[in-house]
Amino acid sequence: MIGASLGAAAYERAPEISALLAVTNPVGDRRPACLSLRPDAVLVLSGIGISFGGVTALSDVDLEVKSGEIRAVIGPNGAGKSSLINIISGLYHADHGKIAIDGQSFSRVPASRLAQLGVARTFQNLALFGGLSVRDNIASGRVHTRRASFVEHIASLPRARREDAAVAEKVDKTIAFLHLEAVADRLVATLPYGLQKRVELARALVAEPNVLLLDEPMAGMTATEKAEMAGFVRAARDRHGVTIILIEHDIGVVMGLSDRVAVLDYGRKIADGTPTEVRADPAVIRAYIGAAEGENGEGI
Amino acid sequence: MAVQALDAATLPIDWQRLALPAVLIVVGYGLIPAYASSYLVEAILLPFLALSLAAVGLNLLTGYCGQLSLGSSAFMAVGAFAAYNFNLRIGGLPLPATMILAGISAAGIGVVFGLPSLRLRGFYLAVSTLAAQFFVQWALTKFGWFSNYNPSGVISAPHLTVAGFSLDGATGRYLLSVTTVIVLTGLVSRLVNSATGRNFIAVRDNETAARVIGVPVLRTKLLAFAISSFIIGVAGVLWAFTYLRTVEPAGFNLDRSFQILFIIIIGGLASIRGAFLGAAFIVVFPLVLSRLGAFLFGGLFDSGALDMSQRIVLGALIIIFLIAEPNGLSALFDRLKRRIGSRSS
Ligand SMILES: Nc1ncnc2c1ncn2[C@@H]1O[C@H](COP(=O)(O)OP(=O)(O)OP(=O)(O)O)[C@@H](O)[C@H]1O
Ligand SMILES: [Mg+2]
Repeated sequence: MIGASLGAAAYERAPEISALLAVTNPVGDRRPACLSLRPDAVLVLSGIGISFGGVTALSDVDLEVKSGEIRAVIGPNGAGKSSLINIISGLYHADHGKIAIDGQSFSRVPASRLAQLGVARTFQNLALFGGLSVRDNIASGRVHTRRASFVEHIASLPRARREDAAVAEKVDKTIAFLHLEAVADRLVATLPYGLQKRVELARALVAEPNVLLLDEPMAGMTATEKAEMAGFVRAARDRHGVTIILIEHDIGVVMGLSDRVAVLDYGRKIADGTPTEVRADPAVIRAYIGAAEGENGEGI
Repeated sequence: MAVQALDAATLPIDWQRLALPAVLIVVGYGLIPAYASSYLVEAILLPFLALSLAAVGLNLLTGYCGQLSLGSSAFMAVGAFAAYNFNLRIGGLPLPATMILAGISAAGIGVVFGLPSLRLRGFYLAVSTLAAQFFVQWALTKFGWFSNYNPSGVISAPHLTVAGFSLDGATGRYLLSVTTVIVLTGLVSRLVNSATGRNFIAVRDNETAARVIGVPVLRTKLLAFAISSFIIGVAGVLWAFTYLRTVEPAGFNLDRSFQILFIIIIGGLASIRGAFLGAAFIVVFPLVLSRLGAFLFGGLFDSGALDMSQRIVLGALIIIFLIAEPNGLSALFDRLKRRIGSRSS
């Protein structure tokens, strides 16, 4: 849906582009002119580098993510995949480079405004609120839409009640979408691992983000659970037009799910393209054979 | 028992939820004022109510929001001395207004000493809240103005009147105390079940995730410090005005802070009911212990032995609770209720 509307906007704006090149920005269009030229890129990373002490986790990484695509980021352990997502979500600050989210450019993304910027994420290790029910965990994903103060909450004033109702409606929809009805009122810490992962996806989706960052959403799951999760990720994109960055080790899942794949190795991007292109790339094969053939001989 | 359980099972949910408040009101405003001895009120109920309220306040900060504090006693002191001074210096200020202003003063000090929480966690935060403990006691002793230049820094409770009724008697003080506790506990229980309360829990359980989804982490922590200190400050007013009647700064020492922390550990973190169960335990336990000691050892069990055995037993209990039942008496209580429920059905 979001993707469709963005696409429509781009179509409408198309005749203006040549004008934009000649004239200064028209009043009311605050997007930088250069980004108007490729309005379908919702997320652009350029020249990203970060190191921790002596370890260079990422160096000079560029990544462009188009609206509505599922963009996989793969690579061996320690390649810098999580660091990349942490930089996009503002938890790490890059030493070099820029991040443009929906046309707004940052050298440091403000993590506390991430939700307002339309970005939601899940974590490689579960990061749920163990003391809250499934429903309340999911509801917390809409906290960025709330304005009522604690006094309004205590006194149940109209704005607080209105917000509660609005949140409850979105939460119910998300619970239905991810088939979590049966466990909605359970304490989240009492759920099995696979379901907790799903609740975390729900907490991110309920925010109705433009961009969704998923850091190994299927890690540690059984094959059935993985297939189910892959279905939800695809449905999130197909039905809601969410743009997705997906980190995943299971190559089968990645190839089946993603539109384009970027491959990281020792902090550098060594390949970028469609699953078929990447699969055939000699550099990728070398990186994966170096990293994985010893274990299962499967490579990529 | 069986009949009761049957009744409870056939009643609609709403009645069950109303049953506890109804019982509390009948007992709290009917039976106790009518029948309780003044010993029961003065020695047990008044300290129980003040400590319960302080524990509710600390539980909001530590149990719900995850910010460990050892400054509770300081915030009680701020409440008590602020109330004394507001009452003294503003003629005709109604008692409820005095208590609210005292709470606001404690909230202000609480926010100041909560600022380190933006950077520090756990043990380090606890140590930094010790600063509140020492600073407040020092300031109250150092500047005579706070105690109206009483040579030993002691303040005495003023006459307590609300709407022309004198509340200086034991029953009056009890009614003031119980009403304050009920009102504030009611508000806190609404708060913890609201979106704000869920923000507290989110910050406690995973600060990073909370920040990324848009919980205003800094504001939430400071709010927890403010509301918690407000409540603990009012508890300090109750402690000074309804229970002890005269207090000095040294009365609000680190021991009291630990006592309140122990109450919420024993009662159950993040449980309002736990604050009351824990406070009841802490108040009644020394009395039981001294009776028991006197019964077993006669004259040998003097106040020194009582004090020491109390510390030993309490210390052991806290360790046992932390290991075996981190959710405290409140969780034990739930389990007991379930067991009785399943046996009678
Ligand atoms: N906060 C940190 N402090 C120090 N070093 C870090 C930190 N975060 C990441 N690193 C280092 O940066 C490198 C990349 O780590 P990162 O977590 O991004 O890898 P990854 O590709 O997500 O690996 P995995 O597949 O194991 O999750 C590693 O060498 C890691 O040790
Ligand atoms: Mg990782």
